[in-house]
Amino acid sequence: DFNERCAQCSEVNWGLTDGDRFYCRSCHNVTERTREIVNADFASNARVQTVSRGLSKKEKNDEGCEWYVCEGFQLVLKKQAEALETLGVCPQMKDEVLCNFWRHYLQKTKQAYCNRPVGEPIKALSVCDSSTDVDSDPGRPSLLHLLSLSESEGDLQTDCSFASSTSRISESTSVCSGSVDGSLYLLKNQKDKLRMTMPMTLSFCYMALLWLREPMTLADLLRFVVEGHIPYLNVFQLFPEKMKLCGLDLKIFCVESWPLYEEVYSKMLELAAFLDLPRFPDITENCFLHPDMLCMKYLMEANLPDELHTWTCRVVKKTCIGEADFLTLVPGNKSTRKVKYDVLAVAVIVVVLKLLFLLDDHYEWLLSDFAEEQNKNNKEGGPYFEFKKWYEVIKCSLDVKQNKLDEERAKYLWRCEMPLFYSAKNKSRVFKRRQMVVNLQNQFGKLSGSVQPAEKPSPSSFQLTWSEENTDGSCFHRHSLKGILQEKCGLLTAMNPDYWLCTVKLCTEKSCGHLAHYKEVNFPQSYHFVLRLFSFLLRIQPSYIHDEVCVIEHKLFNKKLCKKPKYNTVIRK
Amino acid sequence: SSQEHKLNFKKSKEVCLRYIQDAMLQKQWKRAAEFLSFYVESLEKDFSREYVNPSEIIWRVGTEILCHCSNGSMREFNSFIEQMKTFGVKRYLKVCLEHAFHLLCNGLIDDAYQNLSLAESWRYGEQTAIQDKEMKLIQAYRGLLDYYSWSKQKNILLEHGLDGFENLSVEQEMHSCFRKAAVNLKEIIKIPGVWDLFVKCYVDLLEFYGDHNEAHQVLTEYAYNSKFPANPNAHVYLYQFLKRHGESKKSLISVLKILHDLVPSHELMIDFNTMLQKSKKRKRCRLGLEVIFAVLDYAGWKENVKAWSCLARQVKQIAIAEKHLDWIKQEWNSRKDWWPAFHFTHYLAKRDWKESESLSYEKALVAGILLGKDCKYFKYVSHQSCKAQVKRFRILKKFVNKHNPVYLRIS
Repeated sequence: DFNERCAQCSEVNWGLTDGDRFYCRSCHNVTERTREIVNADFASNARVQTVSRGLSKKEKNDEGCEWYVCEGFQLVLKKQAEALETLGVCPQMKDEVLCNFWRHYLQKTKQAYCNRPVGEPIKALSVCDSSTDVDSDPGRPSLLHLLSLSESEGDLQTDCSFASSTSRISESTSVCSGSVDGSLYLLKNQKDKLRMTMPMTLSFCYMALLWLREPMTLADLLRFVVEGHIPYLNVFQLFPEKMKLCGLDLKIFCVESWPLYEEVYSKMLELAAFLDLPRFPDITENCFLHPDMLCMKYLMEANLPDELHTWTCRVVKKTCIGEADFLTLVPGNKSTRKVKYDVLAVAVIVVVLKLLFLLDDHYEWLLSDFAEEQNKNNKEGGPYFEFKKWYEVIKCSLDVKQNKLDEERAKYLWRCEMPLFYSAKNKSRVFKRRQMVVNLQNQFGKLSGSVQPAEKPSPSSFQLTWSEENTDGSCFHRHSLKGILQEKCGLLTAMNPDYWLCTVKLCTEKSCGHLAHYKEVNFPQSYHFVLRLFSFLLRIQPSYIHDEVCVIEHKLFNKKLCKKPKYNTVIRK
Repeated sequence: SSQEHKLNFKKSKEVCLRYIQDAMLQKQWKRAAEFLSFYVESLEKDFSREYVNPSEIIWRVGTEILCHCSNGSMREFNSFIEQMKTFGVKRYLKVCLEHAFHLLCNGLIDDAYQNLSLAESWRYGEQTAIQDKEMKLIQAYRGLLDYYSWSKQKNILLEHGLDGFENLSVEQEMHSCFRKAAVNLKEIIKIPGVWDLFVKCYVDLLEFYGDHNEAHQVLTEYAYNSKFPANPNAHVYLYQFLKRHGESKKSLISVLKILHDLVPSHELMIDFNTMLQKSKKRKRCRLGLEVIFAVLDYAGWKENVKAWSCLARQVKQIAIAEKHLDWIKQEWNSRKDWWPAFHFTHYLAKRDWKESESLSYEKALVAGILLGKDCKYFKYVSHQSCKAQVKRFRILKKFVNKHNPVYLRIS
């Protein structure tokens, strides 16, 4: 890698010209330095066919241009970054951070910025090539096999004609994909390289957001994607006219499922390690992603008293999870457990609730009754927080929102106006179907008397909002915890002396992928309710939060756990 | 479940379908239509491997919703069905057939006829052979509609007589309908199945044109061919035919015997019993008794005066003749444990007396003979009748008293 500073502008931002010379991208200063061509892979890779000049000159019949898969992804990332900018993320993210991450990635995966000249097209391997090379490599799946593993086999197997064709290589590439290297892309042996996928675009975005410590958690990001604020589904609609998508491109760029938190997160970690990134900028106390800040946010959203914040801070301090070293991402460091900031924050809140209310389906209600009694006599000052009232309000809202969400999920429209087809043969059939679908949608839409598709909800960090102005007392932010605390030695402590651990022993992630195993029936309903609330806000499974809760508990009660285990798992604080 | 955060296309459509089903079960048609409009895009991703694929679901659900929701707009319905036809080649004839049914249900007979004719001329490679059954049904129903036309024209002719030139064209048309109908109806009833309607119509045609042999043949086949499912109606049709043509008692009885075996509670059993009672042959009388007892085993006949009068008559005859008491004994043997509670309770006595004197009379006679004069039923009725001073009951009482020993002998 060439890391010298440019003579003209002092930047380190190099590219390669066609003549293999380095040039500075910032000021376009061309140097005399050239790259030596040393690539053992290239020379020994006998399977790479010689490039046919004819291919690059060949014009697509429908006036498309040649494009590579990575160009497509680049466009996707650009659009996503633009959308994030609209949402309030700083422009640096797009212009600097994400850009550089991406270029670095391309270089590392030898798709660009490396010694294989960018201008020459890569030849796709032909399935109908009579050479035995394709079959002789056990590690490389055949194209057909790869395709049969896909979900979309219904159309592809019937419509992709290459299986029986004995056409020339150049013809088969145009049938297989609109992009030049679509088929090769899917065939590559993926053991040591991170092949780009649509979910990975979100990993890139999140990585950039994290680098800049932007106030957007991964849960937020994924929610914005699902709500349509960030291009993801049918993102190819944003491709320029000339970039034609067909055949195998569909497998690459069309998504048929929403990305999972775990998936995006773990890919991000892989990516960060792969790119040899250094330690990320420190997450300090005034960062949005710091548990103190995030806890505040989630407490507000969960309509819990502000006073609980002192307790969350105490837990954070005691377990040392507020330390910059703990929170900051160090890629490649396998020994430290990676932090999911949003999950961590809600887990802390859950632990605090357990500390104060026990949540054993018994004590919290007693405590609530007690607070209610006190509230009768408490006329001056704010009301005392009653768990029961809070539960009723939250349950009501949560059920309504959950039902609404479930209905919305049932009504997702995955297809868009732009029809996709695997081959030219398939085109008319696809158009016909699209027409029929549109007709039916109109017909039944009219019958239902419903309004046309609901507007996208305007993006907001908060899904639940509670207003002080409501006179019905449904906002609990200002409520006081005095009703459930007692004074001891001048300090306010919880009345509850007990605590139950979610699990006595943590599992190892290596063996089963989880630290704990959550089954609703094994735990109190109040606990499940609280998990359900945060699970809704974060759009993740309750078990993920449960895992995190277990970890925090074990940190918190570390000393007590190291002692001889007691008969029951109830711990006296 | 609401906890499911993993969502892909397939699952999303499954969930959508469940909402549609829920709405339909609760008859919320507008809501069902709404969700269906979101479901239809699964056509673009038709997993034809599955047993019931999206296009079939959309067809069936859509039909149901339109039936309930479209405010009777046939045009909307028709346009929907036409789309469904173009989409599912494997189902084409079935859709056509059901469309025709729908049109018929809405009284659009001519439209239905056109549809069926169009469907009949459909050819699609090997699909035509695969959908052979549906094709036969389509032809059969078209034949049925031809019969319907024939029938209308026949009635016109019968009303206005056969003279006049305008009637000639009607007549010619009538004959042509007959030919068309006959060809198709004959074909379908060759296939084992339940074709009551087709058989009846076909036989009607044959009878009108005087081909009684063929008619007889058809009905016999329909009733006796073991390949066909057991169908009581087949025997009823055959019986009615034979009766119409004055066939011998023997043949009538043999047909009804089978009907008795199949459906002991059939309404024709009353006629059957009457026929058998009249006979001089001992076996037939015996059978008659068996038949009428069997009829009254069924709750539907409990309050039927005619049935009871048949039984009463036979029982009376036997009591008077003092012959064949063993017949009664045999029949009563399997019934004595439950008939008293079924027919002859005190409560029923009261109710029957209130409802119908004739019913009480007949039942009382039977009760008196089978259970003796001291049974609850008889006692109540005779007591009531005594109060009411109804003459025939006095005679009845005497009769039962006289033949009381019968009860002793048969119990």
